[in-house]
Amino acid sequence: MTQEIRVTNYPEVLTDRPTHYCPGCHHGTAHRLVAEAITDLGLVDKSILIGSIGCSVFIYNYLSLDAIESPHGRAPAVATGVKRARPDKIVFTYQGDGDLASIGMAEIMHCANRGENITTIFVNNTVYGMTGGQMAPTTLVGQKTTTCPGGRCRENEGMPIRMTEIIASLGGVAYAERVAVNNVKNIMKAKKAVTKAFEYQTKELGFSFVEILATCPTNWHMTPLQANKRVETEMIPYFPLGNFKDVLAKEEK
Amino acid sequence: MSTPKRIFVKGNEAISRGALAAGMRCFFGYPITPQNDIPEFLSQALPEAGGEFVQAESEVAAANMLMGAAACGIRAMTSSSSPGMSLKQEAISYMAGSEIPGVIVNVSRGGPGLGDIGPSQGDYFQSVKGGGHGDYKLLVLAPGTVQEAYDLTIKAFDLAFKYRNPVLVLADAIIGQMKEPVVPWVPENRDPAEGQDWGLQGAVNRPPRLIKSLFLDDGALAGQNLKLQAKYQAMQAEVDQELFLTEDAELIVVAFGSIGRIAKSTVRKLRAQGKKVGLVRPITLFPFPSDVLLGLAKQGKRFLTIEHNMGQMVEDVRLAIRTVADSAFHAQLPGNLPTPDDFEEPILKALEG
Ligand SMILES: Cc1ncc(C[n+]2csc(CCOP(=O)(O)OP(=O)(O)O)c2C)c(N)n1
Ligand code: SF4
Ligand SMILES: [Mg+2]
Repeated sequence: MTQEIRVTNYPEVLTDRPTHYCPGCHHGTAHRLVAEAITDLGLVDKSILIGSIGCSVFIYNYLSLDAIESPHGRAPAVATGVKRARPDKIVFTYQGDGDLASIGMAEIMHCANRGENITTIFVNNTVYGMTGGQMAPTTLVGQKTTTCPGGRCRENEGMPIRMTEIIASLGGVAYAERVAVNNVKNIMKAKKAVTKAFEYQTKELGFSFVEILATCPTNWHMTPLQANKRVETEMIPYFPLGNFKDVLAKEEK
Repeated sequence: MSTPKRIFVKGNEAISRGALAAGMRCFFGYPITPQNDIPEFLSQALPEAGGEFVQAESEVAAANMLMGAAACGIRAMTSSSSPGMSLKQEAISYMAGSEIPGVIVNVSRGGPGLGDIGPSQGDYFQSVKGGGHGDYKLLVLAPGTVQEAYDLTIKAFDLAFKYRNPVLVLADAIIGQMKEPVVPWVPENRDPAEGQDWGLQGAVNRPPRLIKSLFLDDGALAGQNLKLQAKYQAMQAEVDQELFLTEDAELIVVAFGSIGRIAKSTVRKLRAQGKKVGLVRPITLFPFPSDVLLGLAKQGKRFLTIEHNMGQMVEDVRLAIRTVADSAFHAQLPGNLPTPDDFEEPILKALEG
């Protein structure tokens, strides 16, 4: 006999249906954080979702918002067009690491640098999840993938790219933070960061960016628990958590 | 409406002014010759008109910005020239697949590769046969004068929204860089609710809207393709062409855009010499005036297609008349600027059969 205990409210914008994500995948948690932020800030009927190409391509099935699908990597350009056409709306992209840090590098850099008043949620799981776990620009040195079966090698493939640090260095950026969702403490911090990112957009402060370190147990060939642990032991040491830019914090000093 | 005043402008400026007259709200550009006058003009004129101008980081980004803006149900445009057009194709395919009504201008130049910056019609196939991946069509409008560049840009926006489909204005370096008098006009009675019933705007008191081109469910993509094909069939009603002295002509010259206009001068000159030649200048390249050409072929006329490329539209001419006639072809080589005299000999040769 199990008893259902409701520990939190169900955000209005999150659709009540099972997701297509693998067990232990962090995309679902990331979706929920976005849903909570948009609901808490009262932005549900103002928001426009710019989807991307990756496992999260079906995000529009889970967030009940006006939405558009963009070509691989181009979400920040599509978002720019949407925001310029509808400056009074809340516009955000949701992108994976292959999408944002490889094929879409030019679009994210220039969107951020122009200070487009949009929000980007960047889900970094160190692989191309949807296409079967190939090497991404974020794959850690030594990490084995289907296209670096011997492990990523610094001499041949270079070092993994730290996007939040790069984004934070650009002029148009109001907020850039890296978070993880591998335990409750980190989830609470992540929720704060995602909410802040959307809040900064409502204040028209410029581009806001949250990188979420995420699991891909399937392509990491791990159980969900092992994958959660890997975030702590391998990812966070290379991709440090924390805030890298906050225009309001600067002003307070 | 105030009395029309003539202005003397380049084709690129006429396109820009036509877009403003059509109510364009967003423009996304990237520098490339010979279309630079368009982003340069609009970088000032569009913000003055209350719109948004963005110089994108690439043609890839510009086309995707167009996709985003047009998905909001507003009038938006991008312009480029041949190499940049190649980069826009992925987004154009997505726009066609997700039925987004943007306007794209190609002031084409010579290719392949970096080619040159002079006029060419080498992008005909890319324009009318798809260009990007998948089964899709753009409405393609080919101006032959600077006035027509103005008029067709306005028409491009109307057609884009009528069919919820991307529309391409295919000009070339001649049309873009040539100055001619234009009578500007502003379309009246535009539907104020245009794009409001499907565009992205935030789901206020209604179910969310989704604009996408991914169809994974069983039969869904087949259904979407059938829907698109039905739309392309309906677009056949928009076919348009200029007919010049075709009635008693023995030979029909088929040429589009700037070349159609230059060939018209040659036809006029040869007529003065009593030669029975006429001209068909397709103004819409998709839909293509196949029925008009077939009708003329059935009257026993012969055909010569002239293009500023190595032979592209001629395939569609031959396809149109294949049951009764064939078309000769004259290539105006890319990189060489044509004059009406250049076409005299090939036309006379074709006339003699
Ligand atoms: C132009 C283009 N190239 C390649 C692909 C194939 N593709 C689909 S998803 C994907 C990888 C996505 O990886 P990531 O962005 O990391 O998202 P994840 O699935 O890991 O969440 C690729 C390469 C595509 N759809 N379009
Ligand atoms: S493949 Fe990886 S990223 Fe994709 S749903 Fe499965 S666990 Fe998540
Ligand atoms: Mg990934």
